[in-house]
Amino acid sequence: MTDQRARGLFYRSLPSPFLATVALVLVGLIIENSTNAYTQDVVLWIFTNIILAVSLNLVSGFTGQFSLGHAGFMAVGAYLSAWCSLRPEFQALPDPLRFTLLPAIGGLGAAAAGYIVGLPSLRLRGDYLAIVTLGFGEIIRVTLLNTEAVGGARGLNRIPATEGWLEIGLSPYLAQFSIASFWTVLTITALWRIVHSQKGRIFLSVREDEIAAEAMGVNVTQAKVRAFVISAFFAGVGGSLFAHSVKYLSPATFSFTKSVDIIIMIVLGGMGSFTGSVIAAIFITLIPEFVLRPVQEITKVDLRMVIYSLILILFMIMRPAGLLGTREWNDFAWVKRLQLILSRLLNREAKDDSSNTPSPSEVS
Amino acid sequence: MEASQQEFLQHLLNGVTLGSIYALIALGYTMVYGILQLINFAHSEVYMMGAFAAYYTGRTLQLDQSPGILSFLILLIAAIVACSVLGLTIERLAYRPLRKAPKLNILITAIGVSLLLQYSAQVIFGAEPKLFPEVIADRTLFTVAEVEVRTLDITIFLVGTLAMGGLHFLIHQTRLGMAMRAVSVNGPVASLMGINVDRIIMWTFVVGSSLAAVGSVLVGLKYPKIDPLMGMLIGIKAFVAAVLGGIGSLPGAMLGGIFLGLSEEMVVAYLSSTYRDALAFGILIVVLLFRPAGLMGTPVKEKV
Repeated sequence: MTDQRARGLFYRSLPSPFLATVALVLVGLIIENSTNAYTQDVVLWIFTNIILAVSLNLVSGFTGQFSLGHAGFMAVGAYLSAWCSLRPEFQALPDPLRFTLLPAIGGLGAAAAGYIVGLPSLRLRGDYLAIVTLGFGEIIRVTLLNTEAVGGARGLNRIPATEGWLEIGLSPYLAQFSIASFWTVLTITALWRIVHSQKGRIFLSVREDEIAAEAMGVNVTQAKVRAFVISAFFAGVGGSLFAHSVKYLSPATFSFTKSVDIIIMIVLGGMGSFTGSVIAAIFITLIPEFVLRPVQEITKVDLRMVIYSLILILFMIMRPAGLLGTREWNDFAWVKRLQLILSRLLNREAKDDSSNTPSPSEVS
Repeated sequence: MEASQQEFLQHLLNGVTLGSIYALIALGYTMVYGILQLINFAHSEVYMMGAFAAYYTGRTLQLDQSPGILSFLILLIAAIVACSVLGLTIERLAYRPLRKAPKLNILITAIGVSLLLQYSAQVIFGAEPKLFPEVIADRTLFTVAEVEVRTLDITIFLVGTLAMGGLHFLIHQTRLGMAMRAVSVNGPVASLMGINVDRIIMWTFVVGSSLAAVGSVLVGLKYPKIDPLMGMLIGIKAFVAAVLGGIGSLPGAMLGGIFLGLSEEMVVAYLSSTYRDALAFGILIVVLLFRPAGLMGTPVKEKV
């Protein structure tokens, strides 16, 4: 593929993420005007959870490395971003821009942490890697617990959030919503394009067979560390969005249970399917708030985790690949048919459309 | 004798006591890992359930009004029976259907079982801590070199040693133990030699869970507040102890437990108590990086 053609493909692929962000912001406008503050907050958590699930999926689903410490990277991003937003140096930037950039800072911090954790531990495999990542997650949490600069065990209170851009009619909630949608779309687009690139195939080859990949000249450790750092970056982004939408951080939030929450999402959605992670993240955020909470008010007991863990076990026994397995949204026959019809309507060649997005199933 | 030296000996004693509890639980992890290559995350919850079984038995029989060896034994047996049944049930319902599934799936199932037990216990028993029946009065038995040796420390040490000695006898002197060793070396070949592998796995869970039950009663006596989340931290630490000693190795688990108990006690005593819980992981990471097979494990070469 020539550079020019690659660039052409790149520019042609830009409109859809952009349109997706605009569409999401419109959805945000509807949500802001039709629901109460509580529902609005829950919708913001969905974005955080989607980012966390999709980023963990890169490591666990696509590269095949089981990590139990994702909450640790989320914590680094959340705390770093919150701490920066409290610094006077950062107040110089105009409000919406500042809060759009903060997730990147949180992400960079988390990526650095991911590099430090990943470099030594990714030589280990399977169970040992799982337990070491769990250990690192806990160490990050205990360190935060003992760092007085970020509040220690009391947590970090009164984290500033965006105040919107009232001149152009952007309310604080809608501004936060837009920032969250921007980063969510960016995360999904970036990870999708990484996985479907030549470098991304390396991740898949490590998942399928490490020894064979090594024999083909793949630097396995390097590939794992790369996946780990990218994943940690986006976990940090998710953490930062979390910090500025919840406005309160405590080390207890980022315990082992939070990591397990994210694992439940990717397992139920299907390891190796971004679409599955997004769907599972949406449902797992919504169900406890809108289905289990009313039930809890009647029965007076919190059955949320009991039900989750039961679902997790049953899924593992009966449908170990999760809802979607490794399929993405465009792997389904009806989607393909729809795309065909659409492209005919738009008078474009169907063949061209399908060759742009190779699916991971073609690789394996 | 100097006061600091006496203090040191006291910490040493406490460390060994704590360590023998870690060792008891670590044995359960290491046995299951040796046979199934599975981190049995649910083991810590089996341990927690043991403490609750003993608590309810003690309350029903009002054993705290008649302290003594007999009451202690009753609690021990109640916990062992409850844990064995629970361990068997978990193996039968959750792990056996996945015997041939990828390891990752079994690991996730184990985490799921652990969460299920933890949160079910919160729903059933309530989240607030309960007071474990005091069946052995904690008083100073005798003083050696100005170090107080208390009844509980002696009980924990004796019972722990007895349980580990019993396990050693079981593994090395009985037919069942021989079969267990055979399965852990090579399951498929063991089954060709006429060993019923599924039955051996069941026995492994029974033995491992019983050791956790013994540990839970001892912890209940030493730290009388029990709650549904009590298993989480101690379980992870016991697992660290098992890895430290070399997972799959029984003497390794005992050594790792004692080592971890001692180093924790010393760190709390001489450095800082806030990093106590991070210490276990720090040790774990260092060990895995420099000696991935643990202190007493044998490195396994990977075959293609």
